[in-house]
Amino acid sequence: MLLLLFSFLILLGSAALALCLSGNPRRAQDAAAYGAVAAAAVGLVPALNSVFTGSTETFAAAWPVPLGSLSFSLDPLAALFLLPVFVLSAFSAVYGCGYLAGSSKPLGRAAAAFNLLAAAMMLVFTAANAVLFMLGWELMAASSFLLVLFDHEKEQARRAAFIYLAAGGTGALMLLAAFCLLGAGAGTLDFASFSPLSGAAAGAAFLLALCGFGLKAGFIPLHVWLPEAHPAAPSHVSAVMSGVMIKTGVYGIIRIMGFLHPWQEWWGWTLIAVGAVSCLLGALFALAQHELKRVLAYSSIENVGIIMMALGLGVAAQVYGSPALAALAFSGALLHVLNHSLFKGLLFMGAGSVLHGAGTAELEALGGLGRRMPRTALLFLVGSAAACALPPLNGFAGEFLIYIASFRGLNSAGPLALAGVLTGLSLAAAGALAAAAFTRAAGTAFLGEPRAVRAADAHESSPLMTAPMFCLALLCLAAGLGSPLMVGPLSAAAAAALGSAEAEVYAAVPLIYVSAAGLILAAVGLIAAAKRGFFLHGRSPASGPTWDCGYAAPTSRIQYGASSFAQPLTDFFQPILRKIGRYPVISEYFPAKAAFSAEAQPVFYNALYTPVAVRLRELAYRFSWLQHGRLQIYIMYIIVTLIGLLLWKL
Amino acid sequence: MEIIKPFIQFLAVMFLSPLLLGVINRVKALFAGRRGQPLCQLYWDLYKLFMKTPVYSRTTTWVFKGGPVIAVSAVVAALAVLPFAGRQSFLAFEGDFIFLIYLLGLARFFTVLAALDTGSAFEGMGASREMQFAVFAEPAFFLGLAALSRVTGQTSLAGMFGTLTSATWAAAAPVLILLTASFFMVLLAENSRVPADDPNTHLELTMIHEVMVLDHSGPELAYILYGASLKLWLFGALIACMVLPRGGSWAADTAVFLLFMVAVAAAVGVVESVMARLRMIKVPYMLITAFAFSALALIFQMGR
Repeated sequence: MLLLLFSFLILLGSAALALCLSGNPRRAQDAAAYGAVAAAAVGLVPALNSVFTGSTETFAAAWPVPLGSLSFSLDPLAALFLLPVFVLSAFSAVYGCGYLAGSSKPLGRAAAAFNLLAAAMMLVFTAANAVLFMLGWELMAASSFLLVLFDHEKEQARRAAFIYLAAGGTGALMLLAAFCLLGAGAGTLDFASFSPLSGAAAGAAFLLALCGFGLKAGFIPLHVWLPEAHPAAPSHVSAVMSGVMIKTGVYGIIRIMGFLHPWQEWWGWTLIAVGAVSCLLGALFALAQHELKRVLAYSSIENVGIIMMALGLGVAAQVYGSPALAALAFSGALLHVLNHSLFKGLLFMGAGSVLHGAGTAELEALGGLGRRMPRTALLFLVGSAAACALPPLNGFAGEFLIYIASFRGLNSAGPLALAGVLTGLSLAAAGALAAAAFTRAAGTAFLGEPRAVRAADAHESSPLMTAPMFCLALLCLAAGLGSPLMVGPLSAAAAAALGSAEAEVYAAVPLIYVSAAGLILAAVGLIAAAKRGFFLHGRSPASGPTWDCGYAAPTSRIQYGASSFAQPLTDFFQPILRKIGRYPVISEYFPAKAAFSAEAQPVFYNALYTPVAVRLRELAYRFSWLQHGRLQIYIMYIIVTLIGLLLWKL
Repeated sequence: MEIIKPFIQFLAVMFLSPLLLGVINRVKALFAGRRGQPLCQLYWDLYKLFMKTPVYSRTTTWVFKGGPVIAVSAVVAALAVLPFAGRQSFLAFEGDFIFLIYLLGLARFFTVLAALDTGSAFEGMGASREMQFAVFAEPAFFLGLAALSRVTGQTSLAGMFGTLTSATWAAAAPVLILLTASFFMVLLAENSRVPADDPNTHLELTMIHEVMVLDHSGPELAYILYGASLKLWLFGALIACMVLPRGGSWAADTAVFLLFMVAVAAAVGVVESVMARLRMIKVPYMLITAFAFSALALIFQMGR
């Protein structure tokens, strides 16, 4: 705990130092980055210790805040979520130094906000008191809000930040209500003193927590802020936001579920439904986006959906009396939390590298970056393969555990079979869609010929940016092959926090096989590559233009682009995607220059939130007679309220 | 002897799979009244291609050269979990068919990227269609395996096919027939055969798999052709393991299995000879039919 406190203080101290040094942006940013790396090095020790030994450390002190106390607890679940905080914030801070070098923005303040964000996430994961938790939660929202506003001169960023703020505020209100329900029995809001609820109260607390935390986790339909805010932030911040920050929502749901025993049947089904919809629609929307970072943001929604679905399967299994299956599903969910943070961090950094090197992340303007930015291209491809859950990378391991859980569910009697089918099928369908989305994104950005001048002039990023990406890519591979080691600690963490059973000792056996088969795959690949080298030995392959069926004057414009690649699928799913397209109509024999455009719409924002917001505003106008803008009248309102309260209490 | 059997099986698959394409071509020739190419034509083609010096487009990167290598490795690795004549290969574990599906996904991922690497309009077209049809084929295949898992109560390929006996067929014939039909449709689509795709088409605009590999030559093209034949074997073997009776000696089962594999190839050839290919926009409907068959099978089984 002491080391963790030390790491927390390093983060705060370096944030303060960065603020003081803001006259010299370069040094301020360096100071903050050194702080983030040092904090990670210090903080990883207790976190890893807790994950692998299963130990829990607590710290409590009095705090003169009503209902509050300075109580912290580092249990395996918290430690597990702290791992990506440390890993990603350290790598992202280093990456940020290269990414923002030469920027004329107030880097000192941005770097301070970044370290504050990491510190706030530490607070969220270790707080054992609701007031303290909400403090960390709001600090996290505020610092990330500032970072989303980094490019505040762009209208898009201001809009994104505002939506983000509104979503964060709504979520926090719901969480306050949920915590009040939970702590109503006791005189304090310490997590340890929460009394178990039952019946409708428990259901209400579950729904409030699901929506409140869901607004941070970003599953559909509570995701509208996510595809706006994540792309608007600088890329190293997007990496942390997508990789770690949305996981605070997942963490919160798991924590609250731990307080809400006994679980009710419909909770599991709700989680499965929400997760299935998110993972399917997230992958589908990712396929229709035209900007690299938006593709990644929607892919985050997909992955959060996968995690929620696994949690739901676990809850259903627990309710229907299959604790072994529940343990498997929970470990799969937690493993995917870790894995997603690694590959999504890598992918956002790759997108940032594209943005930095080519000046744009619009897929239709990119192309051919593989020749100009070979390191970024390779690392982004590794990340994409991991995001498509391709073995032997890490994305596969978590999904594999969830698949096994779903198949065990399928083979058991009763409603659990349906839960298993739904989970497995959604996972498979979302996987196929995600593969389409990522081949499209990686293919149009990095392969082929450049589609615009800026992409043709792109340059490779500095080692300060590629080195963190390289480390993350290595971690993706290592986490994929080493996943069997994680199953035990993960299921123990879930069991301790959720009161479920631990996975059997041999639950990791299939993963050991997968790792072994991954090594076989690598060996076969090496043999195939060596054979190819053997056959080509001593020959010099000829080079020429792309054959293209004999077409002699190829231009980059005849290539398939991002929208044409996705067109068959986006047309098929048009009722869901509702993309707006403008197609040229050819009516003459010698048609003039024609243009075509297709744009995916933020469906939920347009169809769900805008009408509700319009209604709310109309309703609010009805009460506009209350608002006069005169101070005296407001003071009168306050006095009347106070007198009313006084009378009520008398 | 028991220990080396899986390796013999593995080597047999590695060596025999190109024969299937020869069988298909001979059946098609028979229908067309031609003599057709030799059964072993693909072996000669592979030999010739390995000896050739490739041509690389100036647009391409390592992805173009590495794609076929990774794709063929993924399919070879998938053979490690693929049962042979209902008997397990040298790797069998819980959920191994998930691993198999994702290895095929890995092969597809890199084939598509290698196609996009050329910057050619036609190859992009093929890549786009390949991913489109995969979105429909994968859930159908997955659901079929789920139904099979429910029928047998097993969660590994070897387990599923090991417990599948004529008694199971007697008890759950409708389910298994539906599954066989579904798997056969997935086989046709995944291996780019008629009616989903036509390997012999001469119009690049209508090709899918063939157009993705237009620019490949030499050893890379050899790897692609070989990988395609292994993939055909893979799907054929799943059908064979499901349909065939077992219980005889290893040698007898193996002989029946190999004969049945030839029959599957012949069936593909017959379908190819008597059917026209579907219009591109109709292919998803065929795969949705396969999905519906799998779903029906699962529903029947769960309601039993």
